[in-house]
Amino acid sequence: MNAVGLPSTFFTDPPEWRWLIIGYFFIGGLAGGCYFLAVLIDFFGGAVDRPLARLGYFVAFPAVVVSGLLLIVDLRRPDRFWHMLIQSDTGHPMLKPYSPMSLGSWALLLFGGFAFLSFLAALEDAGVLRWPRLAMFRPPHIVGRVIGILGGILAFFVAGYTGVLLAVTNRPIWSDTTLLGLNFLISAASTSAALLILLGHRRWYWRSSVAALERFDAMVLVLELIALVALIASLGSMARVWLNAWGALLVVGVFLLGIVIPLVLQWRPNLLGERWSAPAAAVLVLVGGFLLRVVVVLSSESLGVLG
Amino acid sequence: MAEPLGFFTDTTVCIGCKACEVACKEWNQLPSSHGGAPTLSGDSYDNTRQLDGLHWRHVKFVEQFSPDRADGRWLLMSDVCKHCVRAGCMEVCPTGAIMRTEFDTVVIQSDVCNGCRDCIAACPFGVIGINPVSNTAQKCTLCYDRLRAGMEPACSKACPTDSINFGTIADLKKMAAARVGQLHERGEQRAYLYGADEKMLGGLNSFFLLVDKPEVYGLPPDPKMPSRNLTPSSLWSTLGAVVIGLMGIFSFRNRGATARRLEEDDVERRRTA
Ligand code: SF4
Repeated sequence: MNAVGLPSTFFTDPPEWRWLIIGYFFIGGLAGGCYFLAVLIDFFGGAVDRPLARLGYFVAFPAVVVSGLLLIVDLRRPDRFWHMLIQSDTGHPMLKPYSPMSLGSWALLLFGGFAFLSFLAALEDAGVLRWPRLAMFRPPHIVGRVIGILGGILAFFVAGYTGVLLAVTNRPIWSDTTLLGLNFLISAASTSAALLILLGHRRWYWRSSVAALERFDAMVLVLELIALVALIASLGSMARVWLNAWGALLVVGVFLLGIVIPLVLQWRPNLLGERWSAPAAAVLVLVGGFLLRVVVVLSSESLGVLG
Repeated sequence: MAEPLGFFTDTTVCIGCKACEVACKEWNQLPSSHGGAPTLSGDSYDNTRQLDGLHWRHVKFVEQFSPDRADGRWLLMSDVCKHCVRAGCMEVCPTGAIMRTEFDTVVIQSDVCNGCRDCIAACPFGVIGINPVSNTAQKCTLCYDRLRAGMEPACSKACPTDSINFGTIADLKKMAAARVGQLHERGEQRAYLYGADEKMLGGLNSFFLLVDKPEVYGLPPDPKMPSRNLTPSSLWSTLGAVVIGLMGIFSFRNRGATARRLEEDDVERRRTA
């Protein structure tokens, strides 16, 4: 075997991050994305958009719980998951600002807290919980505003840091570009908008809110298209490692199914009929976002020379 | 801190006996793989194949033969953790399990590690692996326990040809420079040191004398720190967050007015229908 000429990242070992981590990247993205969309709607939308914001909070909290569980189960020693947060020998907090995984663990924990409060407030708002004091956890109450702003910032962080985490390694593809965080963040926004559209499009009185979300999703998809092309360009000659089934999946699954066709459906809803265009586009965006993570994670896992 | 200690591995005198591998396994009580059943690599006389959680020393056999096998040579190299002065594994470890010792070596504390495997992806040399017995990430400790007791690491002690040399980094560097000079003098012009100077990750406390390109030995030509990507990746993501935030504001602001218009439309449509 002749390894001369291979890039340095090929001499590293794969961490065996597979489906649990892919699932986390996807669901964590939805948690963050749905939350920040809900906050944006709460802060800038009208009263009519309220139900949509609530839906965002209803998705975000369970999704962040599932995210945490996926991460813990993926550890080889799940019983020691708390070592990420507390130094096991001293009992002091464990935080390394320059380690994305360390920072991410804290972000996920804190975000989970904010998502929980917003979740409670949304339940109260929807009339499920009858405890009026919970209203303070949502805007316009000042406490609710602070929760929204801090939780929203953390939501963006949770949605994007996973790509940065992959870049801060020495693995092929992951560490050969600095655009994975950006791509994951944008994809979190588009998949979250798609999920909310999918869950909300059947109720006619949500129509205008969903329409606003569709406009947003279209813009984000265009951004995603640009970011994806930039990602491939930033890989330079490394992009050749995608000249295989992974590359095909990227082009067909992520690029065509996940971005281009949904954009066409938004632009020409008559192609599938008014009734089916929006949900079909939303499903495709979700599938594309999932496949993006599948390709990025698994295509790198299989690369490298024995050493 | 005591003086930095490390290994200088002179690959030109390695005979591939694997005494170091065995001594390492014995001292560190590393079990055999596959329950001890012999597993052959099938394409090499080396059946260990790589460093991982159960193999902290690995003698690589680089078998360079012409296709008709009329001509050939063996390059043998006992590979090990490089105990990088700037260690990628330690940088990313989120639990603090990976520490730098008073001997300037890098050690994973197995009782702290929770098996997240970030260090495996971060090590530029592919050194770390999960030990299936402890389910934690493990690698060479440069025999931290033996060093604390004033003893030499098991592998270098066992090496019958002094291919593995143990000592202070200062002494090892002198020894290595002299050996390169000697080889050059005797006509082996290809001899050079890999990782001895500070340009490579601040210096490798376990460095090598090689006679071919690093890649031939399965070593990266230009190992880097994972954190090189941290700032640019974060900045791009932040920029993305701002743009998406603005898109969201743009899509939902003034929604009071637009929504009312749409609702009036609705009412109108139902009235005319
Ligand atoms: S060679 Fe790898 S495992 Fe060893 S100190 Fe360097 S980065 Fe860590």
